[in-house]
Order: sequence, then C-alpha cells, then structure tokens
Amino acid sequence: MTELLRLDRVACVRGDRLLFEGLTLALNRGEALWLRGPNGAGKSSLIRVAAGLLRASAGTVERFGRVALIDEAAALDAELPLRRALDFWARVDTVDGHTVDRAMEAMALHPLAEVPVSMLSTGQRKRAAMVRVIASSAPIWLLDEPANGMDDAAQARLVAAVATHRANGGAVLLASHFALGIPDLAELDMGALA
Amino acid sequence: MLIALFWRDLRRAWGSGALWLPVLFFLLVATAFPFAVGPDAPLLQRAGGGMVWVAALLAALLPIDRLVRPDRDAGVLDQLAVRGVADEVIAAVKILAHAIGFGLPLLIALFPASALLAQDAGRVETLATGIAIAIPALASLAVLSASLTAGLKGGNAIGGLLVLPLAVPLLIFGAGMLDPSGRGAIKLLAAVSLLLTVIGPFAAGAALRGLRE
Repeated sequence: MTELLRLDRVACVRGDRLLFEGLTLALNRGEALWLRGPNGAGKSSLIRVAAGLLRASAGTVERFGRVALIDEAAALDAELPLRRALDFWARVDTVDGHTVDRAMEAMALHPLAEVPVSMLSTGQRKRAAMVRVIASSAPIWLLDEPANGMDDAAQARLVAAVATHRANGGAVLLASHFALGIPDLAELDMGALA
Repeated sequence: MLIALFWRDLRRAWGSGALWLPVLFFLLVATAFPFAVGPDAPLLQRAGGGMVWVAALLAALLPIDRLVRPDRDAGVLDQLAVRGVADEVIAAVKILAHAIGFGLPLLIALFPASALLAQDAGRVETLATGIAIAIPALASLAVLSASLTAGLKGGNAIGGLLVLPLAVPLLIFGAGMLDPSGRGAIKLLAAVSLLLTVIGPFAAGAALRGLRE
C-alpha cells in the first residue's frame, strides 16, 4: 500500500458558504501536492479537513498513517525554553531526544534551544513548528503556510526537509500562496474550483 | 503520553502563579467575613462553615479562563486531535490536573481560613472531609465550563453562571454536613460529587469537539 492520504469527492461548507465540492485527491509515498489559490479559496480548510479537524460536509477522507500538522498556531508553550517546549511534543509522539536534535539541526535552531518561545520571532517560531513536524516522524505532513515569515535561508532548509521527507517515503500536502521552489511538485489550484 | 499531558497542565497551573490567586481569594474571603459580621465567636462559628463552602466554590470558578482557552489559542488542542487523542481523554486529564493543582493548596488553605472563622477542631475535620469529597466535582465543573466558554469573548463571567446551578447540590450537602442533624449529608455529597465527576469528561469532551467546528 503506497497510498497515504485519500480524499474522495469532498465538499466543505464554512458558515453558509460552499468553499469547494467534489474534490478528489490522493497522495502516495514520496509525493507532494501544492494547494495554491487566492486568500479565502479554502486552502486552510482543506488542510484541516485532511487532518480530521474539520468534518467534510460530503465525501470521505482516509489517512493511512500518522499526521503532522503546521497551521498558524505554533502550539509551543510560550513560557518554556524552545528545547523543553519541543520535548513536550516529543514525549507525546514518543520519539527520543536524538530525533529532536536532528530536527533542530535541520532547521538550524540549535543556537536558540535555551531561548523562551515567547522571545522568538515569527520566522523562528515557524522554524520551531517545522522542527515539531520533522521530529514527529509522521509519514503525512500537512503544511499550512509553513514559510510565512521565514527568510531565504530558512525557506531553503524547509525545502530540503521536504525533500528528505519525500525521499524517506513521506507525503506532503502544502498550502501556500507562493511557490517555495520545491522540485517535482504537483499543483492543485483551489481558485479554479470555486 | 497522558503523563506528559498531566505534568504539562500541572506545571502551567503551578508555574504561572495563577494557582495562588484562587487560594489567596479564598483566604481573603475568610479574612473579610469576621470584619463584616463582627468578632462574635458563636455567630462566626455558626455562619463560618457555610462561608468556607461559598468561598471554596467561588475560588474554584476563578481560574476557568486559563484552563482551556490558552491551549485552544495556541493550537495545542488541534495538535492533540491530529494525533488522535480523544477529547474525553484530554478533558479527563485536565480535570485530574486541576483537581490536584487547585485542590491540594485549597485544602491546606482551609486550615488558616477555619481558624479565622472560629471553627473548632471537629468542624474543621468535617469541612476538610467535605471539601476533599467535593474537589473532583468542582474541578470537573470548572473544566466543563472552561471548555464550553473557551470560544466566547468574555467567557469567564458566563462560565461562572453556568457552573453555579450545577454546584448548588455540592453546597447544600457540603454545608449540610456541619449540621449536627445532617448525618446522611456526607453520603449525598459523595453521590453528587461522583455523578458530576463522571459526567465531566464526557460533557467537556463534547464541548472541546465543538470548539473545532
């Protein structure tokens, strides 16, 4: 079984507005799909539907493996040093400290390990959230605007992390309003669905 | 994983200093009451036990705002849901952490408060037993109302209004234990506390699910 995520004829209604309907997509191991489109096209809603946080109004969502999610909230305790905030999720995901070390290395966050999360900049917080995703060792990555506030160097590290993840047999569903420069990327224009 | 969740809740309760506010409030009420009714020891002793119960109930309502809302705003609840943790389990862990994080200091504060209200040793024992029985139910109600109001602006005041009617039986039977003729009150208090404690995780879990829609 190489399929990790399948959405079949999914519709999503927010308030009284139909965001999309009849949306079918599948993600296999090693694949990545870029959800593009203007603000309000339903990119974030589709990510939340895929994550199981939002019920699809119609259709079915199937996940074949664990899921790691980035959305606008970093979900890291603001009062803790970065490393301890990440360690909490490592315990929840039952991964060891080395996995967190490697993930921090990948996003170049080691120098900030002892800095409280509340002191981090927007871009640094996004990198920290990315560390949480990498360290979770979940095969399905759902990334909602992961590069917001990141500088060029951090974006390059994000692209590299996505490539490593795909090479290891993971799949990525990416919602972003701009192309990140990820090679071999399938596209789905949410703006064209509405 | 549940242990990690539990310690995180307890650390946040004790670490932020927010825990001492309800306990200070509790002691403050116990201090203010004798000033208000005068230093008449027999009167204080008769009315003081009920006052302790009212103060404990109100103190339990104070931290409602920080029980669920910060976790929702920070995305922690979403992250747990993505990992397949049942909302009922999250609620149960929060109730347990709140019962210990808030209940233990409250029990300790009960002793100076009882002294201020001229309660003798026998009545202090009854009060401590009653409040210890009621703490799981108070924690359960606090987490329930915190979950219900986490999505609302100014939810704290509404949270208090939600809990108060449900907590009235605790108050009646808890304070009733102090009445020499109220022998059955402790059993009724235990029954009410058990019922509220059991309902709490399921009701709060449903409320947490509702927060995501």
